[in-house]
Amino acid sequence: MTAKDTPKIPRTVPRKSATFDDATLAEIRRAAATGIYDIRGAGAKRKLPHFDDLLFLGASISRYPLEGYREKCVTEVVLGARHATKPIRLKIPITIAGMSFGSLSAQAKEALGRGATLAGTSTTTGDGGMTAEERGHSQILVYQYLPSRYGMNPDDLRKADAIEVVVGQGAKPGGGGMLLGQKISDRVAAMRTLPKGIDQRSACRHPDWTGPDDLEIKIRELREITNWEKPIYVKVGGARPYYDTALSVKSGADVVVVDGMQGGTAATQEVFIEHVGQPTLACIPQAVQALKDLNMHRKVQLIVSGGIRNGADVAKALALGADAVSIGTAALVALGDNDPMWEEDYKKLGTTAGAYDDWHEGRDPAGITTQDPELAKRLDPVKAGRRLANFLKVLTLECQTIARACGKSHVHNLEPEDLVALTVEAAAMARVPLAGTNWIPGWSDR
Amino acid sequence: MGSGEWRMGKASHLMVFHALHSPFATPDFGFAMTMTMTKTANALTLDVQTDGLRAINQRLQNVPKGSNETHWTIANPAGEHALAAGLQSPIRVEIMGTAGYYCAGMNKEATVIVHGNVSTGVAENMMSGYVRVKGNASQSAGATAHGGLLVIEGDAAARCGISMKGVDIVVGGSVGHMSAFMAQAGALVVLGDAGDALGDSLYEAKLFVRGTVKSLGADCIEKEMRPEHLELLTQLLAKAEMTADPHSFRRYGSARKLYNFSIDNADAY
Repeated sequence: MTAKDTPKIPRTVPRKSATFDDATLAEIRRAAATGIYDIRGAGAKRKLPHFDDLLFLGASISRYPLEGYREKCVTEVVLGARHATKPIRLKIPITIAGMSFGSLSAQAKEALGRGATLAGTSTTTGDGGMTAEERGHSQILVYQYLPSRYGMNPDDLRKADAIEVVVGQGAKPGGGGMLLGQKISDRVAAMRTLPKGIDQRSACRHPDWTGPDDLEIKIRELREITNWEKPIYVKVGGARPYYDTALSVKSGADVVVVDGMQGGTAATQEVFIEHVGQPTLACIPQAVQALKDLNMHRKVQLIVSGGIRNGADVAKALALGADAVSIGTAALVALGDNDPMWEEDYKKLGTTAGAYDDWHEGRDPAGITTQDPELAKRLDPVKAGRRLANFLKVLTLECQTIARACGKSHVHNLEPEDLVALTVEAAAMARVPLAGTNWIPGWSDR
Repeated sequence: MGSGEWRMGKASHLMVFHALHSPFATPDFGFAMTMTMTKTANALTLDVQTDGLRAINQRLQNVPKGSNETHWTIANPAGEHALAAGLQSPIRVEIMGTAGYYCAGMNKEATVIVHGNVSTGVAENMMSGYVRVKGNASQSAGATAHGGLLVIEGDAAARCGISMKGVDIVVGGSVGHMSAFMAQAGALVVLGDAGDALGDSLYEAKLFVRGTVKSLGADCIEKEMRPEHLELLTQLLAKAEMTADPHSFRRYGSARKLYNFSIDNADAY
């Protein structure tokens, strides 16, 4: 018998492991080569139960729709009327989340202020203090009160329209801010009282209060300093939304901000972003339940953030009981982040438009997450602000379209009854029935 | 305390969810009609028990620059929180007893003298001015303060000078653990002893301790006391009206090894 006559033995097809996939193998090699965890920006990238897993039912014989182009659907939101003598009034239920000068360029902060102001909503400072550009271009500015207290001072506190006590954020509940040396320019260093070029790792706990009883006293101090005028928010990451919301209310908050794990960050460890915290969809009903149990729903306002991308997401968050939403990543994309027009530059950085997340390195081709003056010049704050205002307008129109279809004359009249879920997981998390059934796992079968 | 009463005494640290009975009902701003301000030969006197915190703070915060109402005393503080917080003019306020949390918080320009002890966060985030505590201070004294001088004649508890950003702090007694944690700028002078982990993750603040240091925190080391440091220390002791030989102190500062992350230093944390 010759070799030619040997029967061909079938070979197994090369098969990659689902557990050890290409990304996992690459990360093991990277870790072995460097000895340090991966740091990046943005929020959780893994597939999570999200607003796409919910659908609105719309109107029918038992529910009357509103005329899309004729009948009014109000979007105004008042925040902070619980204790503040000067609550803030937003034209739309969408706000801009806190992002620091330092993590973003001054031009990007200015653009956020311009866009928010054109749209009639608020923007928010971040872990680095308030810049003159930001205050000047933001009609309504929320001033964050963070563990680091970088740049914190009573004059800026009094210039703010509201104060947000930041306990945590969705990308890293339990973690502090991070700004690596590449982005600590002279101006950033001076604002934070830090040496230029160091890796700045903010504290994860506030330096002068611990727990809800202290927080109550801290909030009272902030009110005393600002003449009881400013609404005071408490922002928490999506760790224990029921208890964190309840304790924020007990501590005297006017507004509670709950940020799910899809919420972005300027920089933190990949392992933190992907493995700590709860999805936004799971956070909302828990926070709303806490407010309802305290009879404070709609009295203390709830702002939800983490993965809001379009008007449907806005409408679904409101239907689940939020008073407003906050956007960060989507706002940066509207400014120009990850735009394919910079693809050549992204490739030089070893990435591609849509995947760029090394915001901590300060080499952003779009000129947004950088302190490099040449790169920052690429962003025109006037044009970028206009793009953000356009985007906010579209979100609002989309939200109104859905609300009218459900027969609601105010976006706050959307309710869980308007929703069904496409998956068992989403039904359980959002506490709405699985489509075609009356089944809310964990609730209707209790 | 009824639900319509807004004042929160220091004893009301109850972890309950009685939101409707919150002590945060909006205060009545009609204080101007009812304040019992009295004037002694040298100072105007306000009374916490009869005037209430809101009225007192509002009165003190709104003293216009150039006013001759520059000397105030606060009677019956009874541990009230946020007393003399947010002051913003060069007035002198004397608190005649023990104050609660955040006394003289975010102070600018004012002189605040406490004839008693203070609770957590005295002079937190102070920008400028002078705060002196005749007794002891609880945790986080001078936390995150950017400027001014804080003097504590007695002891200060844990985290004294945490995240300080330019304030000078002089403590006549000892300080507790984690003092000057992440301290960025300014000077902490301790005439007594320092507890565990002094100066942990220190940035550029200067630390001077006369007594023993139980342990140094990550990246904090003893440094040479050079003539410029002795001069600074001499000035601070004089400003604080404290008597001590500057040569009897030791200086501590940042080794600056953790300023930029290196995997070889990971065990330091």
